[in-house]
Amino acid sequence: MLIETPPADCILETRRLSKEFKGFAAVSDLNLQVQRGHIHALIGPNGAGKTTVFNLLTKFLIPTTGTILFNGVDITREEPADIALRGVIRSFQISAVFPGLTPLENVRVALQRATNTSYQFWKSDRCLKQLDDRAMALLDSVGLAELSGAITGELAYGRKRALEIATTLALEPKLMLLDEPTQGMGAEDVDRITALVKQASAGRTILMVEHNLKVVETLADRITVLQRGAILAEGTYAEVSQDPQVMEAYMGSSHA
Amino acid sequence: MNRFVWLALLALGLLAPFAVYPVFMMKLLCFALFAAAFNLLLGYTGLLSFGHAAFFGGAAYVTGHLVKNLGLTPELGVLAGTLFAGLLGYLVGSLAIRRQGIYFAMVTLALAQIVYFLALKLPFTGGEDGLQGIPRGLLFGVIDLNRHVTVGGTPLPLALYYFTFALFCLGFGIIYRAIHSPFGQVLKAIRENEPRARSLGYKVERFKLIAFVLSSALAGMAGAMKCLIFQLASLTDVSWHTSGEVVLMTLLGGVGTVLGPAAGAFTVVTLQSQLTMVGPWITVIIGGIFVVCVLVFRRGFVGELGRLLRRSL
Repeated sequence: MLIETPPADCILETRRLSKEFKGFAAVSDLNLQVQRGHIHALIGPNGAGKTTVFNLLTKFLIPTTGTILFNGVDITREEPADIALRGVIRSFQISAVFPGLTPLENVRVALQRATNTSYQFWKSDRCLKQLDDRAMALLDSVGLAELSGAITGELAYGRKRALEIATTLALEPKLMLLDEPTQGMGAEDVDRITALVKQASAGRTILMVEHNLKVVETLADRITVLQRGAILAEGTYAEVSQDPQVMEAYMGSSHA
Repeated sequence: MNRFVWLALLALGLLAPFAVYPVFMMKLLCFALFAAAFNLLLGYTGLLSFGHAAFFGGAAYVTGHLVKNLGLTPELGVLAGTLFAGLLGYLVGSLAIRRQGIYFAMVTLALAQIVYFLALKLPFTGGEDGLQGIPRGLLFGVIDLNRHVTVGGTPLPLALYYFTFALFCLGFGIIYRAIHSPFGQVLKAIRENEPRARSLGYKVERFKLIAFVLSSALAGMAGAMKCLIFQLASLTDVSWHTSGEVVLMTLLGGVGTVLGPAAGAFTVVTLQSQLTMVGPWITVIIGGIFVVCVLVFRRGFVGELGRLLRRSL
C-alpha cells in the first residue's frame, strides 16, 4: 500500500508497524492514522490482530519493526507509564479497576498522579481528601455517585466499566484507547456505555476496538477494518459496510 | 483505627515488663516489627519476599560487629544496621522486582542464601558460632543499657526494654504512616491491578523498589534490636528458616492488616517458648495450627476479626 501524506491533524500514526510471534505475523506493515477529535473504531474478525495492534499502541507489546508517532513524536520505544504521562490512556478488555478499593479511591488514585505526592510515604493520606470533590464529580458524571463508598469488586460489570471510564477521564487524556468497551454486556449497559463514550469524546480523540457493530455505527467517525494483521478497508460506516470485500470477509451475508 | 485502642496498646507496652518476663517481651517486639516490615511488602505491595532474613540477620551482624569491635554506641549501631539493611534491600530489590510472582520469591531466596554464606565465611562473623558477647553499651554514651531496676524484689532491665520499645514504636509508626500515605495508596493500587496502575502513568518498578527498601531497612532495625537484646548475632538470624517464619507470622495474623503481623509474631514466638518441653514436636504443632488457620480463616485472625467488626485493623 502506498503511504499517503498524513493529514496535518493526525494525533496517532503508525508506519509499517509489524509484530511477529515466532514467525507468525500477527500484524504486518500496518499504516494507521487516527485524526484528532475522531472516534476511530478498529474492527475485524477474530484473530485479525486488533488486540495485538492495541497492545502495540499502548506499549504493552514491543513491535518487531515499524514506528508509532503520537503528535508527530516517535513513541515506539517508550514504556506504558511514559505514554500515559503524554496523555495516552488505555482501557482493558476485562474491566480494569482496583477491586479492593472503593470507587472513590479508584478515581482518586488517578487524580493523585498529577499532585506529585505519590512518592511521599511520610505524609498522611488525609492530604488526598482535597481530591474528593473532583473524584465525586467524575463519579457523578458516570452515574456512580451514590456507590462511591462501595467495594468495587462487588459492583456489577457495567458499573465497573463505567468506573473505569471515570478513572480514565480523571487523567484528562488526549487520546483514549478503549479495548472492547461493551464486551460481555447486556443491552441496557451497552446503551449506557455508548452514551458515556460519546460524552467522553468531547474535546478528545478515542480509538476503540469494538465487536458490537451497532455501537460502531452509532459512535465511530471513521472505521478501519483489519484482516490478518493488515488493513482491509477504511472509511465511514456507510462506506465500509458497502465494501464488498468487507461484506465477504467479515460481515458475511448476515449483514443486511 | 480508634485513638483509644492505640493509647491502650501503648499503655500495655509501657507496663508489660512488670508483668511479663522482659527479655521475652523484647523478643516479641523484635519479631513483631520484623513481621510488620515484611507485611509492608507482602500485604501492601503484593510482593512475596522469601529472603527477608538476609536483612534481619545481616543487620544483626553489622550492628554486632560495629558495637563489639569498633565500640559504637548502641543507637549508632542500630542506625548503621538499619542503613546497611536498606542498602542491601536496594541491591536485592533492584534485581528481584524485575521478576513477578514465584520468580521474585526465588530471586530473593537465592540472594539471601548468598548473605547466609557470607555470614558463615566472612572473617568478622565468627563462622558457625556467630558473633557472641556483643556488649549493650551506653545509650548516647550515658545510659547503661545493662542497668537493672529492682521492682518488688526482681531486677528488671528497664533501660534496655524502653530503648527497645521506643525503637519498636518508631519502626511501627513509620510502617503505619507509609501504609496510610499517598505513596501507600499507590502501592495498594499496584497490588490490586498492576497493569492498570502502569497505564495510569505510575512507574510501578520505582514504587516497588521504594517499598522494598523501606521494608528491608525496618526488618534490619528489628534484627539490630535483637542483636543487642540477646548480645548475639547467629546464623539462625540469616537462615531461610527465619525467612519462612516471618511469612508464617504474617499470614497467621492477617496479611494486609496493620496489627495482624504483630499479633502473628506474638502467637508464633509465644508458642515456640511455651512448647519447648515437647521438643521437636513443636514444628508439627505449629504446622498444624498453620494449616487449620489457612483453611478456616484465610485472612488471618486479625483479618477475620476486622471483617466481623467491619473495619480495617
